[in-house]
Amino acid sequence: MAAGTRELTRPALPGAVFAVRELRFWLTDYRRTWRGSIYSSLLNPLLFLGAMGLGLGSLVNSRGDAAIGGVSYLTFLAPGLLAATAMTTAVGESTYPVLASVKWVKTYQAATASPLRPADIFHGHMLFVALRLTMNCAIFLAVAAVLGAVQSPWALASLPVAVLTGITFNAVIEAWAITRTRDTSFAVIFRFGMIPLFLFSGTFFPITQLPAWLRPLAYLTPLWHGVALCRSLSLGTATLGGALIHVGYLAGLAAVGVAVGNRTYRRRLYV
Amino acid sequence: MIRARGLVKRFGEFTAVDGVDFELYRGESFGFLGPNGAGKSSTMRMIGCVSPPSEGELSILGLDPVADGPVIRARLGVVPQEDTLDLELTVRENLLVYGRYFGMSRELIRERTARLLDFVQLSDRAEDQVEPLSGGMKRRLTIARSLINEPEILLLDEPTTGLDPQARHAVWDRLFRLKQQGVTLILTTHYMDEAEQLCDRLVVMDRGKIAAEGSPRELIERYSTPEVLELRFEPDRHQVAAEKLASVPAERREVLADRILLYVTDGDATLAAVRALGLEPLTSLVRRSTLEDVFLRLTGRRLED
Repeated sequence: MAAGTRELTRPALPGAVFAVRELRFWLTDYRRTWRGSIYSSLLNPLLFLGAMGLGLGSLVNSRGDAAIGGVSYLTFLAPGLLAATAMTTAVGESTYPVLASVKWVKTYQAATASPLRPADIFHGHMLFVALRLTMNCAIFLAVAAVLGAVQSPWALASLPVAVLTGITFNAVIEAWAITRTRDTSFAVIFRFGMIPLFLFSGTFFPITQLPAWLRPLAYLTPLWHGVALCRSLSLGTATLGGALIHVGYLAGLAAVGVAVGNRTYRRRLYV
Repeated sequence: MIRARGLVKRFGEFTAVDGVDFELYRGESFGFLGPNGAGKSSTMRMIGCVSPPSEGELSILGLDPVADGPVIRARLGVVPQEDTLDLELTVRENLLVYGRYFGMSRELIRERTARLLDFVQLSDRAEDQVEPLSGGMKRRLTIARSLINEPEILLLDEPTTGLDPQARHAVWDRLFRLKQQGVTLILTTHYMDEAEQLCDRLVVMDRGKIAAEGSPRELIERYSTPEVLELRFEPDRHQVAAEKLASVPAERREVLADRILLYVTDGDATLAAVRALGLEPLTSLVRRSTLEDVFLRLTGRRLED
């Protein structure tokens, strides 16, 4: 009886084994939509880097490049947009898919009837989002390189940083999204959370251009830490101390998100 | 196999399950019968280890559902009240992703999928998407899915609610076969015919408590009479007739909004006695007692209310 299943022994298997099972579910689901998602992953950097980096950039550079560190605007913009792309990807994957899984299609509930625990389901979804982030950011970086926006081989190091930025957003937002019963608050997050961050976290212009009173606020946002580190790596100006602070901040916030999510997932799925 | 003592489930102020005791044995088919809101589903969720009890003891396969949830669930099959199929995947893929949750190899899943789809008569739909399938087919697929890990206990929460009569019989037929194969079935239902068909033993639940326990036959013998005479009169004569009928000997009588029920040993003889009083009912029906009568007796309400 119950032959072929592995967890008949106690103590139970480590959570990672279960999380990978949930990841495999997401991968099976993704098989139907991956093609379309690749197109948008390609198109997004082409449009933004083309319009803002090359188009707007020609205006910016004609006025001098001192404020952006003596590089072309395209070179300045690309690492910032890379981090911002990680954020938008993560926010997208952490909102509607979560509510769909717990409310509309109830695939989360299906998983709870198996050996998986709520935290395994949460972590498995996070693994999938991490994979999507890696894909999207790698494509972004490749497009940026083709357009001539990458100067140093160090830019490769900005890939894991961008992915970490995305994971941080993913952990925090997913921990919150699972507590929602309707999707109306997601639009609020997009409009009053994501878009201001996108515009004012140093993606398009250095935050030294912001009014002095607004700057501390920018330092607090996870996106700014991601943008700042990606950019310094990409331009070859990174320092170890600065990098540790940025990574520490992002990883710390991600850990808080995971800890909260472990609780909120349990509360929603084990009623 | 399962033992509950003083089991309680509270949601804030509301007590859904209010101190129930029951014990289940291997190979039997056990039912929780009661109207909506009686606490059946809450009890099932506690047995399924997805809802920690607020109070009391619960032991499943000798294990603690809170500490050993993953181990217990590996040995359970669950057919939830609402289907939780992935509508965008195919029939086969649904079994594949579910089998993986249990850590089964692709090969083992493929082999069991063939057997299970055959069992629920969905083999010809294996490669079809789930979304357009009928309610009955989805239900059968959910049952197939719940069997992927060859569970020792199968939990079915209202397995045929919302299905048409033909689809219900198809589901019953499959469940009956599983029972024959020795799978322990636990089901909730508010259909007395379902409980009579499938349950060796059942408890009648009402407002979070267990009102009675036994086999369907035992419950009927204990709480009802062999036969029931159902009488229907014109609405304006209903009350008058009910008063007159007080003189007809019957073990018990229920005056419902639309009918009058007389609980007796011999329904035909009683009908003759009613006619002898000069009362001619619009319609009359002599039938055997059912679990519905037991429920009415125990709670004063009908199951479907």
